Amino acid sequence: MGKKLLLQHINVPGIETYSVYREKGGYASVEKALKMKPDDVVEEVKKSGLRGRGGAGFPTGMKWSFIDKKTPNPHYLVCNADESEPGTFKDRYLMQKLPHALVEGMIVSSFALDAHTAYIYIRGELLYVYHILEKAIAEAYEAGWLGKNIQGSGFDLDLYVHPGAGAYICGEETGLIESLEGKRGNPRMKPPFPAIQGLWMCPTVVNNVETIAAVPHVLNMGGEEYAKIGVGKSTGTKLISACGHIKKPGVYEIDLGLPVQEFLYSDEYCGGIRNDKKFKAIVAGGSSVPILPAELFLTTAKGEPRLMSYESLSDGGFATGTMLGSGGFIVMDDSVSVVKNLYNFTRFYHHESCGQCSPCREGTGWMEKVLHKIIDGHGKMSDIDLLWDVQAKIEGRTICPLGDAAAWPVASAIRHFRKEFEELIQNQEKVKSVNYLQELIEA
Amino acid sequence: MPSNLKFSDDALALVHKIIKRYPEGKQKSALLPLLHLAQAEFGGWLSPEAMDYVASLLNILPVEVYEVATFYSMYNMKPVGKCVLEVCRTGPCWLMGAEDIVAYMEKKLNIKAGETTADGMFTLKTVECLAACGTAPVMQVGETYHENLTCEKVDSILNDYRANVKEPISHFAKKHIKG
Ligand SMILES: Cc1cc2nc3c(=O)[nH]c(=O)nc-3n(C[C@H](O)[C@H](O)[C@H](O)COP(=O)(O)O)c2cc1C
Ligand code: SF4
Ligand code: FES
Repeated sequence: MGKKLLLQHINVPGIETYSVYREKGGYASVEKALKMKPDDVVEEVKKSGLRGRGGAGFPTGMKWSFIDKKTPNPHYLVCNADESEPGTFKDRYLMQKLPHALVEGMIVSSFALDAHTAYIYIRGELLYVYHILEKAIAEAYEAGWLGKNIQGSGFDLDLYVHPGAGAYICGEETGLIESLEGKRGNPRMKPPFPAIQGLWMCPTVVNNVETIAAVPHVLNMGGEEYAKIGVGKSTGTKLISACGHIKKPGVYEIDLGLPVQEFLYSDEYCGGIRNDKKFKAIVAGGSSVPILPAELFLTTAKGEPRLMSYESLSDGGFATGTMLGSGGFIVMDDSVSVVKNLYNFTRFYHHESCGQCSPCREGTGWMEKVLHKIIDGHGKMSDIDLLWDVQAKIEGRTICPLGDAAAWPVASAIRHFRKEFEELIQNQEKVKSVNYLQELIEA
Repeated sequence: MPSNLKFSDDALALVHKIIKRYPEGKQKSALLPLLHLAQAEFGGWLSPEAMDYVASLLNILPVEVYEVATFYSMYNMKPVGKCVLEVCRTGPCWLMGAEDIVAYMEKKLNIKAGETTADGMFTLKTVECLAACGTAPVMQVGETYHENLTCEKVDSILNDYRANVKEPISHFAKKHIKG
């Protein structure tokens, strides 16, 4: 049984209210931080090894230290609560049950960054959570944790929630900033990075909900203690949202470094594959990360058991590995057609492309069309190479990483499941009959 | 263009509260929340008049509102039914049978996704991942998530709405607008 930090109190009745949250030790990290120097808070976060939980895994303390301190412009902290990566539903769970954990994290993080205004950008579909957060924020103002001269420290902070309105691309940090400015969510060219010119061209840090909610634990325990949890450069605990064909879908907090075998099969977590089917494939870190066949997921190409950590999941690079990503853990049993699933994902990326860069806008559309042709029984063998070619021409040639995120699923599906594409193409007439996909898979 | 649309007093109070969240001169930032309010107050969709009205409240050009409103999937650019049924169609929900749920609803309501029933009660819409993949298949109606959908469950949800819903349901629920 791993350590529970983020979810320790999640089932306490009334934990969404200020009084219960405070009784359970809530806001202690703010008391501690206010007695420290902001730079010392940043130092603790650096020591903890905490890495961004939004998908990229960038070291949080390092990101904070990039913030421009020379400019006279105000600093902003923006929490990324856009959570739209298919397979990911941990931030919603955390925010709706533990809104004060996010508020507490926002206060400590703003203090460290010398930010006096902070926003939580939440996806519009979660307007009901927006109201839960507003209530928590009002309680925090009332209790003197927000507003002017917080707890007599001289530190001022205003915290607001801001709703999006339905656009995956607003999860990308510069798309999010544009959206928060009241515009279309078109990502910006980088550099300049947000730490130099972000919201309203002022120094800005954008962090994921889970990252910010982890900061109070780092401070309460001390960075060095936090770093003792986990394995190597994957320190601390991580929320994994598990879904698909497993017995127990849900959000789990694990110590990074947990063997994947245990996470997938033990009753404490996913409980194994449902309906006694066979485990076929997995998209282990949100829809954007490469798909892996079961065997390569459970053990690396070198034959070592894989662990739930940034390094172990990416062992072997894209040839034989994948990524921890956002922690969206999508399990597929042997009834799934990888090609059809890929079509669905590709349709998603085409729909969500903001359209600024032609490789992404046109490429995702092409891939969707070619995949549709194949699953519709009109594919040609050369289509597989065409798909490969298109994805290769998107990757690395776009303003934001959505292009890569659309390319990787295609590349990895062809790499590991080429035979499935070929079978669909060779058996066109049969594919046109509805049940064929099913027969093929069951054969 | 003169327009006789106007927010209720409660909504206007909320508008002023929201605008104050952003620095002076940056009031355009309030556009997304104001469009949610407009959709809630003006019948579930954003007519050109509604968008022009929001532009006037924020002192920005109407075109700045149109280009934003059309970018985001939650804003309806044409009239919708009282209940907009937003069914998730993305990968994890698809794995758990979302396609069958959509097909069932299309048949049951006798409309295609994107259309509204003749009585103006339901609009069926397919949407992308709602961050609830662990309880797939999922559908959102206003601020409510309906999870672990089955055909039977859909039947009872639709019956319930048909019997009880008089006013259009919006994402920004009316109860939160009242001061
Ligand atoms: C297309 C796209 C969508 C993204 N969606 C999200 C999201 O929903 N939530 C999130 O926290 N990060 C998302 N990210 C990552 C953010 O750009 C950014 O790296 C992250 O918010 C930084 O926070 P962290 O360092 O705490 O992870 C997305 C990135 C891309 C390219
Ligand atoms: S890569 Fe795609 S989503 Fe990102 S900026 Fe370019 S067109 Fe927009
Ligand atoms: S795929 Fe439907 S909620 Fe995530």
